[in-house]
Amino acid sequence: MADRTNAGDENYAAAFAADRNWHSKLLGDYGIILVVIAMMLGLWAMQPEYFMTAQNLTNIIRQIGMNALLALGLYIVIVTAGIDLSVGSVMALSIMLLAMADKAGTPWPLVILVGPVVGTLIGIVNGLGLTLLRLPHPFIMTLGTLNAVRGLCNLVTDGRPVSGVSDQVRFIGIADIPLPFGSEFAVIPVSAILLLVCYCGVAWFMQKVSLGRHIFAVGGNPQAARVSGINVDRVLVFVYACSGFFAGLAALLMAGRTGAGYPNLGIGAELDAIAAVIIGGASFFGGRGSVLGVFAGVLVMGLLRNGLNLMNISAFWQQTLIGIIIVLAVWIDVLRRRSGQRN
Amino acid sequence: MLLDTKTPAKLLEARGITKHFGAVTALDGVDLALSGGEVLGVVGDNGAGKSTLMKVLSGLFRPSAGEILIEGKPVHFHSPADSHRAGIEMVYQDLALAGNMPIFENIYLGREPGMKVGGLTIVDHAHARRLAKEHLDRLQIHVKSVDQNVEDLSGGQRQAVAIARATAFDAKVVIMDEPTAALAIKEVGKVLDLIKRLKDHGVGVILISHRMDDVFYVCDRVMAIFHGRNFAEAPLKDTSRNEVIGWIMGTKGHTDTLAHDKVH
Repeated sequence: MADRTNAGDENYAAAFAADRNWHSKLLGDYGIILVVIAMMLGLWAMQPEYFMTAQNLTNIIRQIGMNALLALGLYIVIVTAGIDLSVGSVMALSIMLLAMADKAGTPWPLVILVGPVVGTLIGIVNGLGLTLLRLPHPFIMTLGTLNAVRGLCNLVTDGRPVSGVSDQVRFIGIADIPLPFGSEFAVIPVSAILLLVCYCGVAWFMQKVSLGRHIFAVGGNPQAARVSGINVDRVLVFVYACSGFFAGLAALLMAGRTGAGYPNLGIGAELDAIAAVIIGGASFFGGRGSVLGVFAGVLVMGLLRNGLNLMNISAFWQQTLIGIIIVLAVWIDVLRRRSGQRN
Repeated sequence: MLLDTKTPAKLLEARGITKHFGAVTALDGVDLALSGGEVLGVVGDNGAGKSTLMKVLSGLFRPSAGEILIEGKPVHFHSPADSHRAGIEMVYQDLALAGNMPIFENIYLGREPGMKVGGLTIVDHAHARRLAKEHLDRLQIHVKSVDQNVEDLSGGQRQAVAIARATAFDAKVVIMDEPTAALAIKEVGKVLDLIKRLKDHGVGVILISHRMDDVFYVCDRVMAIFHGRNFAEAPLKDTSRNEVIGWIMGTKGHTDTLAHDKVH
């Protein structure tokens, strides 16, 4: 009899724990998406004649493109408890080199590859610096490349921008695919398709491919990864290469939007990307975070900027609010973790 | 030589293992032998070199000198992946589990089942889940769900997962570094019974432990390491707790009257 009550209690406790997990899981995994939906509804209510127009929505998608790609790369790095401060500079050098290659008459299919290749190479340098030189933290290596690569951006043209990028190269960043229905503004930007492919690809990779799982393992417990036979150094070089790759892809996007290479492009962009990843619920201590969360984080920042623009509120307020949101988002995460912990 | 071929090769044999860390000699010509279905207790004081020896056997450290033989054949480990392939698995003292990942992924971490594509694996999570459940059932380890993250488990459950991990691939040798040190008393018995079950399956087990209760409950033989050297070794039936405690402290012929735990 005593045994039976005991078993009953345990079942109850298990059911209760599962229930609580369900709540905290919903809040943790999808809370940020609820925030995005709430923001969209709020903006719609406040700006009914502007916000939900096809023009404004495609505009938002175009505006978030750069941050979305940088944040996606940083997400992979942050899952390993790392950081890549160099992405803004890497993007700028990529755009300079691809604009110069285009000007020099290189065939456009090769010019398109310049950004991702340059980005990946600098990412590999970051990864090798971290693993071969045994620098104590990726902050230091990537702070080094942030400065060194930014210097190169100016050196390659003596600080002058390179304008006149050809239309074929600009296609991905600027072109729209018209929809068969709706107004002339009912279009899908090519950049949106690029984002969709990249986000779905990374989500699939991180979830289904062994290397993606190893990235999570390195972030959770590098020693466990090592004794499981995972080559931790190789995983780290790979994640910084990814981050560089997406910075190079962001350069291609920006080359399309602006039609020129500016050596000052993306100063401080790494901080926006980090903010989006953190707002999206990834942990700075590694091992946690989802691609969907990152996209939601990017959208929160994009919607905030868009909404404040529509309401003619100063850009200075945007920055202030984003700062507050970063702190709030992480604080909510702390509260959630505390309530979800075992006693 | 003729005699040598007649005695069957030991499952695992280490000869003259030496390991230097800079100017420090952690191991100095240590020998070790283990048969299948045998539980060997390795004792020694903190810093005696037990863990270093086990990390050499599991491929985490490369020995400065000496050789390792499995079933009589010399092997060279450059990483834990090499020792895994040779059938040696280790349960680390700190368990070496990724808390942010579920039980089944921890069990198959680094060896995920699925489709191999150019050095990568497209992981079949459903298959891994099923394999993990079956394996845990075989070991009579009970968990709520294999999808639970390891960080949500108790110390004993984590230990069980670490042992499940070490035995998921038909290991010939399982090395356990202080598997009961961090456990609640009621969990200790479960882990020791698990060790006995491995032994019944013909697995050779090396158990590092400070707890004489554990050593005398599961081991067949006990060897002591002192200052990085072989100090003493005996079948369990030919020795006593006090003698083994003496070995740990570097004394032989330890008698009852010298025992540190006796009040005179």
